[in-house]
Amino acid sequence: MRFAIKAVAASAILVSAGGAFAQKGDTVKIAWLDPLSGLMAAVGTNQLKSFQFLSEEFNKKNAAGVKFEIIGIDNKLSPQETTSALRSAMDQGARYVVQGNGSGPALAIIDALEKHNARNPGKEVMYLNYAAVDPDLTNSKCSYWHFRLDADTSMKMEAMTTFMKDLPEVKKVYLINQNYSHGQQVSKFAKENLARKRPDVQIVGDDLHPLAQVRDFAPYIAKIKQSGADSVITGNWGSDLALLIKAANDAGLANVNFYTYYGGVTGSPTAMGAAAAGRVYMVSYNHLNLPGDIGRVVTEYKKKFNDDMYTGAVYHAFAMLDAAFVKAKSTDPVKVAPMLEGMKFNSFNGEVEMRKSDHQLQQGLFVSKWEKAGGKYPNDAENTGYTFVPVKYYEPYVASTPTSCQMKRPS
Amino acid sequence: MNLEFFVISLLNGVSYGLLLFMLSSGLTLIFSMMGVLNFAHTSFYMLGAYIAYTLSGLVGFWVALFVAPLLVGALGAAFERYALRRVHQYGHVPELLVTFGLSYLVLEVVQLVWGRSTVPYGLPAQLQGPLFTLYGTQFPKSRSFVMLVALLMLLSVWLLLTRTRIGLVIQAALKHPDMVEALGHNVPRVFMLVLGGGCALAGLAGVIGGNTYVTEPAMAASVGSIIFVVVVVGGMGSLAGAFLASLLIGVLQTFAVALDYSLAHALRAAGMAVTEQTFGWPLLKLTVSQVAPILPYLLLVLILIFRPKGLLGTRED
Repeated sequence: MRFAIKAVAASAILVSAGGAFAQKGDTVKIAWLDPLSGLMAAVGTNQLKSFQFLSEEFNKKNAAGVKFEIIGIDNKLSPQETTSALRSAMDQGARYVVQGNGSGPALAIIDALEKHNARNPGKEVMYLNYAAVDPDLTNSKCSYWHFRLDADTSMKMEAMTTFMKDLPEVKKVYLINQNYSHGQQVSKFAKENLARKRPDVQIVGDDLHPLAQVRDFAPYIAKIKQSGADSVITGNWGSDLALLIKAANDAGLANVNFYTYYGGVTGSPTAMGAAAAGRVYMVSYNHLNLPGDIGRVVTEYKKKFNDDMYTGAVYHAFAMLDAAFVKAKSTDPVKVAPMLEGMKFNSFNGEVEMRKSDHQLQQGLFVSKWEKAGGKYPNDAENTGYTFVPVKYYEPYVASTPTSCQMKRPS
Repeated sequence: MNLEFFVISLLNGVSYGLLLFMLSSGLTLIFSMMGVLNFAHTSFYMLGAYIAYTLSGLVGFWVALFVAPLLVGALGAAFERYALRRVHQYGHVPELLVTFGLSYLVLEVVQLVWGRSTVPYGLPAQLQGPLFTLYGTQFPKSRSFVMLVALLMLLSVWLLLTRTRIGLVIQAALKHPDMVEALGHNVPRVFMLVLGGGCALAGLAGVIGGNTYVTEPAMAASVGSIIFVVVVVGGMGSLAGAFLASLLIGVLQTFAVALDYSLAHALRAAGMAVTEQTFGWPLLKLTVSQVAPILPYLLLVLILIFRPKGLLGTRED
């Protein structure tokens, strides 16, 4: 009897100890669903490498003692392909998915997970969105299983227009964007924010061009020139931004500043080169010359791949999961999700908070300027000798925007 | 639209049109002469850009300008000799499929060799900067160079085909291959030369287009559809037609960008009340400038309906 009591007590201690460290030694499979082929292949490849590189980094040092494993699947930037990629990821045992390129695939994941998680209790899957910036994803279409690590379009525009508000030389603004949800929202928020903060600023153009169709931006540059604009706001990415700035350089559009979202993404730095120095701004939650751990990681990534690790949200993803695993004492998304809600943790851009009401990370934003690399900012972009140098940092509350999310939480 | 804007846009349109012509002339030649619709044509354009990028790092741009198209032409000729000729006997569909497959193969090879990112393929110092400044807008030397090379190319291809012996043999071999063979000419070799030559022209366009625009793995796919439009609109087999169509499309797209008018404007001008509640508003509010890049495809549809043989085409099939 005594032995039995001892045994029960011992096993009780063991169970509770086991519970306390349930996550230790777990393998956490993270499925990465983004393009590895087609137009955005270069961006996707860079981001997959970022995830793989950082998973190795965090495997060495995460406080939860887990092992991260990345499963990369090409979603060809299409919502349909994303759904089947998600199915394949879940078959391989992934309970976390990450995706970021395009809000269409993001919505497809949210839809699929809402259904899957409701029908398969015990096998819930969580979605970390590291770059899809459509504000609807945390407003009208918000989901309990979706957490966004990038700052959305409305937040970035809030910071950018706060910066532009204090520039007296900004008088005539030209908007040029890609004609799909992202570009339309950049245009919409730019107009709203400027009307509120600088009613004297004139919008002299508002162009929407088809996504990745335009080879020659010279006609648009001629139009910008004719409008007399002194500033251009654009949410363009990839070749659409590279060719736009290249055409501006060619035409000698020297007295116009560009305010961009994605100046640091693959292809654009090469196209800008020396000719665009001092004329291109970017709003982002990071830059290539941050101090501390992320700075070391970015430098080592460059050394290893000869490429830039511009998607800093990947770092957020690992740091956040690690902190939440420790708090939840588990790697089960069902137990981790409540821990993430309202969680504050330290990342490279100060203290950030995963807002409970809409699962949008509240974070500080940088406005940076394309300048010669060196001194305090030695990491250049795409070996051009130039880099984005931060000129202004905005605390999270400055860039924060309200949400209309009515989140349905699982009961 | 003032005069300044008109002149600048015309220059932009013509220079873009001439690059399109460089790209599509090879395709036109190959298609009209051999009946092979080469889906991999823009892959040779991409190869031209990448090979020129590597060569200009080794031996300088001016050497690359001549050597890269020759290398691309040699690759094209080898493709004809060892792949296309073997499937020729099975008809058009296998020919089409093998070029289609080649385009995937080239894309993968390019990504393996040069990576998936943009490569920093720049122009030599002599071609950088503005050539002249018009009303405060610079016209870059690079664009003028594209125009010059395209015109020289048109001239030399035309001279080759109409004024030389080899040109005569080529033309004859296309109409009556059996007769030409009976006269002692090697017709398969003529076909190999034509395909190699067409690919070399695409390669030349790549050498120039690659640094005027951006050298990246998606560059082939992005111009792929537009050059078929040029060939069809210009008329199958007509080099002059391709020239005309290229200029037309270049100028059309350039000027369309400037027109911020939509169907809604037109209907309002006609006295109709059009608001956001009107049926089809998302379509009605689209301005001409927004649809500028897809206008060539609209033109393609119209040409196919009203003049299937193209602007200057001679074939009736």
